[in-house]
Amino acid sequence: MNRLSLFGLLRLVINRDLMLAMRRRADVLTTLIFFVMVVSLFPLGVGPELGMLRKMAPGVVWVAALLASMLSLGRMFSADYLDGTLEQMLLAPQSLSVLVLGKILAHWMLSGLPLVLMAPVLGLQFDMSVQSLWVLIASLLLGTPVLSMIGAVGAALTLGLRGGGVLVSLLVLPLCIPVLIFGTGAVEAVASGMSVASHLSLLGALLVLALVFTPWVTAQALRISME
Amino acid sequence: MTINWFKYSAPSTFYGLAGKLVPWFAWLSAILFATGLYIGFFVAPTDAVQSEAYRIIFIHVPASIMSMFLYLIMAGYAALGLVFNTRLSSMMASALAPTGALFAFISLWTGALWGKPMWGAWWVWDARLTSELILLFLYFGFIALHASIDDPRRADRASALLAILGSVNVPIIYFSVKWWNTLHQGSTVKFTGTSMHVAMQQAMFITLTACWLYAIAITLARVRSIILERERNTQWVDELPEVRS
Amino acid sequence: MLEINNLACTRGDHQLFSGLSFSLSAGELLQVQGENGKGKTSLLRMLCGFLAPAAGEIRWRGQDIRDLDEEYYAEMVYLGHLNAIKDELNALENLRISAGLAGCEVDDKQVIAALRHMGLRGRETLPVKVLSQGQRRRVALARLLVGNAPLWILDEPLTALDVGAVGLMQELIGTHLAKNGMVIFTTHQPLEVAGVETRRLTLS
Repeated sequence: MNRLSLFGLLRLVINRDLMLAMRRRADVLTTLIFFVMVVSLFPLGVGPELGMLRKMAPGVVWVAALLASMLSLGRMFSADYLDGTLEQMLLAPQSLSVLVLGKILAHWMLSGLPLVLMAPVLGLQFDMSVQSLWVLIASLLLGTPVLSMIGAVGAALTLGLRGGGVLVSLLVLPLCIPVLIFGTGAVEAVASGMSVASHLSLLGALLVLALVFTPWVTAQALRISME
Repeated sequence: MTINWFKYSAPSTFYGLAGKLVPWFAWLSAILFATGLYIGFFVAPTDAVQSEAYRIIFIHVPASIMSMFLYLIMAGYAALGLVFNTRLSSMMASALAPTGALFAFISLWTGALWGKPMWGAWWVWDARLTSELILLFLYFGFIALHASIDDPRRADRASALLAILGSVNVPIIYFSVKWWNTLHQGSTVKFTGTSMHVAMQQAMFITLTACWLYAIAITLARVRSIILERERNTQWVDELPEVRS
Repeated sequence: MLEINNLACTRGDHQLFSGLSFSLSAGELLQVQGENGKGKTSLLRMLCGFLAPAAGEIRWRGQDIRDLDEEYYAEMVYLGHLNAIKDELNALENLRISAGLAGCEVDDKQVIAALRHMGLRGRETLPVKVLSQGQRRRVALARLLVGNAPLWILDEPLTALDVGAVGLMQELIGTHLAKNGMVIFTTHQPLEVAGVETRRLTLS
């Protein structure tokens, strides 16, 4: 019997969560459909004038992505909490932070990545230019993992609480504001002919910062919630 | 002379000490408020640019400063409670939260009142107002999380982690909001456009001190009720004269 | 060796137990007894480090388990009330993942052997949701077979098991103790292991 390496653990956890999601595909699809619906509702709410829609597009897509990722946060730990798997995870002899990182990455692949792939299609509804679409994809690609990471802390803190779903949004949304600002800022910058480098590098900095700290913080939050 | 600080970190001793301190802080705060507002409203001269409307800063500015400081102090206490497992620090953190939220709310409210004559709108997406709004959300998150966990120990520890995360985020949020604001070039009227008259400075300083004293008084009073609630099954609470009667 | 010194546990305002001391050495079997609500599960969760003791300490090989943290977890297995298995996965996948979480890389052969030992021959690749309660418990118990941790902490291991499986558990615990393992368990059913004296700890 071999000891499992840290990388092996990471791969195991990601594979496991992806496999579980594939056996319960509806959950992944509902998040994506929610995202598409929210974005499509905006033109109905504010009118079909293309100039205005083009101006609104990055904000609308980003806010919808933010809400959609909140929607799926409840699932990140709750199923494992209810069937006792989370207890076993806390007893893992390797790093709990790495295990949590695996769960966060899997969560992003299942809820963030589909949004990134869907976003350009929705951008077309808003008559966004090709250049803006590329920047939108880049900003979402850098920003949505941060949403999953900050969200993981919130999900861990509200584990097993009544009304946890709404509560987690209340805790996490304010903390996500910088991501929203830099994400939409990048697209707006390219639309007005400015450089996007500063926005994207700030998003990248947030990503690195979150990558370093949130898995550990989430691990601590899980320990607190399991008491 | 050395003071044994640990003695006062026990809820039972702190309860009595806080009880003695509350009236002092409360009265001092009331006197200073009266003085500060008197100077602010009657002594300080009318501002050349903003006329009488500027006088709201004697409430608005102290409230904004307090709301930010109290969040940091709250996070500090919460962190102490989390790291050293001291019950009193966690109780202090949860006692500070409503006061901090109140100050953030007052700051927003007075900001809106000032905005109407100055900017012609109740709400302008000014960087400082927006940050203050987000700060209020952070307070709400802390209070909501604490309230929705039944077990006090878990509630303390979970909300402490949130407060620490929030306080790390506050500078990032402030920076990002400022960045956003400069990009969108909103109407930004600067408070400190004109140099301040001495009486204005005095009034501001006095009301700020009054706010500090108020915050201390109300927090101590609140922490006393939290101590009573949490320690209701202990002997020393049963022996308190106010509980016995 | 596991040492417990002067341990106390409070849940909310209520003190479950205090001043609890005992120790467990290699090859020993300890049954924690007590009526419902006396803190049996809390004690076991404390031994896992989920709950912080209100007072006292838990030492493993002379060091506090809170300091050892992951080193300690490598040497123990915990089986709680919940089976920690996923309905959507089959027994094979479940066991391989739980072994992985426990830090062991196992191949399919070992996993299948463990499942067969637990009487699940022919059920290895069925989704767990079609298995009965007792069979699910067997899948969970098969975890004990794929690791080599010396300390077993078992909370009600016999729930939902039939007579045959109870016999299997007795045999399993017997072999583990013979290999210098240690077992702490709670149960409301009688569980005797041949040739080993069961020490009893009563919480009241």
